[in-house]
Amino acid sequence: MASLRVLVGCKRVIDYAVKIRVRPDALGVVTDGVKHSMNPFDENAIEEAVRMKQKKLVKEIVVASCGPTQSQETIRTALAMGADRGIHVEVPKGTEESLQPLAVAKIFAKLVEKEKPDVVILGKQAIDDDSNQTTQLLAGILNWPQGTMASVVEHSDGKLKITREVDGGLEDISVNLPAVISADLRLNEPRYATLPNIMKAKKKKIEKMSPEDLGVDVSPRIKVLKVVDPPVREAGDKVPDVATLMSKLKEKGHI
Amino acid sequence: GINAEYGVLADTVAPHGYTVPLDLGSRGSCQIGGNLATHAGGLRVLRYGQLRASVLGMRVVLPDGGVLDSMSHMRKDNTGYDLKQLFIGSEGTLGVITDVSLLLPQQPSSVNVAMFGCSSFEKVIQTYRLARQTMGEVVSACEFLDETCMRAVNDNLSLPSPFPDRHPFYFLVETSGSNQDHDMEKLEGYVARVFEEGGADDGVLATSKDQAAKLMALRENIAPALKQLGYNYKYDVSLPIKHMYSLVEKVVERAGESVVAVGYGHLGDNNLHLNVVTPSYSTELLALIEPYVYEEVARLRGSISAEHGLGLKKANYLRYSKDEGVISHMRMIKRLFDPNGILNPYKLLPWK
Repeated sequence: MASLRVLVGCKRVIDYAVKIRVRPDALGVVTDGVKHSMNPFDENAIEEAVRMKQKKLVKEIVVASCGPTQSQETIRTALAMGADRGIHVEVPKGTEESLQPLAVAKIFAKLVEKEKPDVVILGKQAIDDDSNQTTQLLAGILNWPQGTMASVVEHSDGKLKITREVDGGLEDISVNLPAVISADLRLNEPRYATLPNIMKAKKKKIEKMSPEDLGVDVSPRIKVLKVVDPPVREAGDKVPDVATLMSKLKEKGHI
Repeated sequence: GINAEYGVLADTVAPHGYTVPLDLGSRGSCQIGGNLATHAGGLRVLRYGQLRASVLGMRVVLPDGGVLDSMSHMRKDNTGYDLKQLFIGSEGTLGVITDVSLLLPQQPSSVNVAMFGCSSFEKVIQTYRLARQTMGEVVSACEFLDETCMRAVNDNLSLPSPFPDRHPFYFLVETSGSNQDHDMEKLEGYVARVFEEGGADDGVLATSKDQAAKLMALRENIAPALKQLGYNYKYDVSLPIKHMYSLVEKVVERAGESVVAVGYGHLGDNNLHLNVVTPSYSTELLALIEPYVYEEVARLRGSISAEHGLGLKKANYLRYSKDEGVISHMRMIKRLFDPNGILNPYKLLPWK
């Protein structure tokens, strides 16, 4: 069959295992000299696209990332995992923090116009801002159906059957193509980038452009006022009996 | 002084930008005093040298109750006999280490892990040598394992192989540096040559800390995985690199098909861990393996205990690695510090 074309999004974020520290200006976290990697949910997104290609459902996988120059490393990782070519929408270094979901969704909408994919797969959320908005905003702008928090994706006859992880459990939906999907962690186990593929990926094309080239205004709509560490957990009180518990609760104004 | 467990030590120094120059599988439970007394080895000897090289000062309580105070924070102190070095690796037979001053290296900001699948041990050596040549200054660990070890970890501990195919040998290399871009460039140059020169049939590079930890876990969990297969006869030896795996093959020849013999270890330190696994312990099998293994190691001028020490089990085999003259001087030192023999009798020095 091999007729579908997929556009996958990925984002370069601080590595999930790094202990983050709040910046002295309290407007963000320290990123200089800190290990960055592909957003874990985006790994699931790319892996899903590659599996669909291995099943001969997909003809071409285009991977796109919005960010500073170093986002190219993340695109290369995606290419090494099996994507065919890349698009880097570059923003000046230091401005990537103000690139918010609405701007990214608008950029992807323009890329969809350009590339005409049948499926767009994004990671459910980025682990730095935890927004979980880009997929939904993109679907809204395109007026396409969406399957978010996907843990299973199956294809049949121009439709996608998706199992979503929701608060109450699992929800099965069916969406017509073209559609936007967001990948959840249990969707698949992302493969390692094999070294022969990393070498091959160097020869794959990455097209560079700016948000201006796409006619998108990326100025932020939300302003970060302050970033602080969560409060240190305080020790609790042990009480000897129910009567003391009641009086303590009253004392603290809980009852 | 405070006995800090390794894990705690690492956490205490990390916020200051330092790391502990020792890293080993038991990091969550071992204690620094014990690490010094046994002169523990581990994964980072290749990069930071043996633990004794990082000791600046020490305080030891002697068997007569006296205290040998060699505490210092100087990096260079060439004044007389360096007595503290005697206690490192003395396995608690000369004194009890109570305080130590350790030189800490900088915490590297850029750590990369790659693993290769190789078709023979010669190819493993080839791939390893290329790593030393092309990126020696950032290499921080070089480990190898054979397919039986990989299988054991995959099947018994549910840690999957990163490769789609099986390979007779696997080589793991870790780099630690201060500049991710530089290290990546070195790594890519190295990898290109590995494949050009046919040193490996496949390879993977960890692209996140999580993947790096998973690759290291494959090597670090071999011992627990093998334990699940039966009784393990364990050997830890130093050998010239080209002979490292042939010892495993020879043991298989001798012991027969009913046993499983595996090799893995710190390739960069020429340190082989040889495990012979059987459903249950047998004195007949033991007689086939020992003293054969020690004789072979002695013949090749290796060490019968590269990093694990002698303890009780290997004390009587010390002669395979040290001559009688050296052993008699060791006994003199033991008598000097512990004339009543109260500290750890039957350990380290031969008693048979």
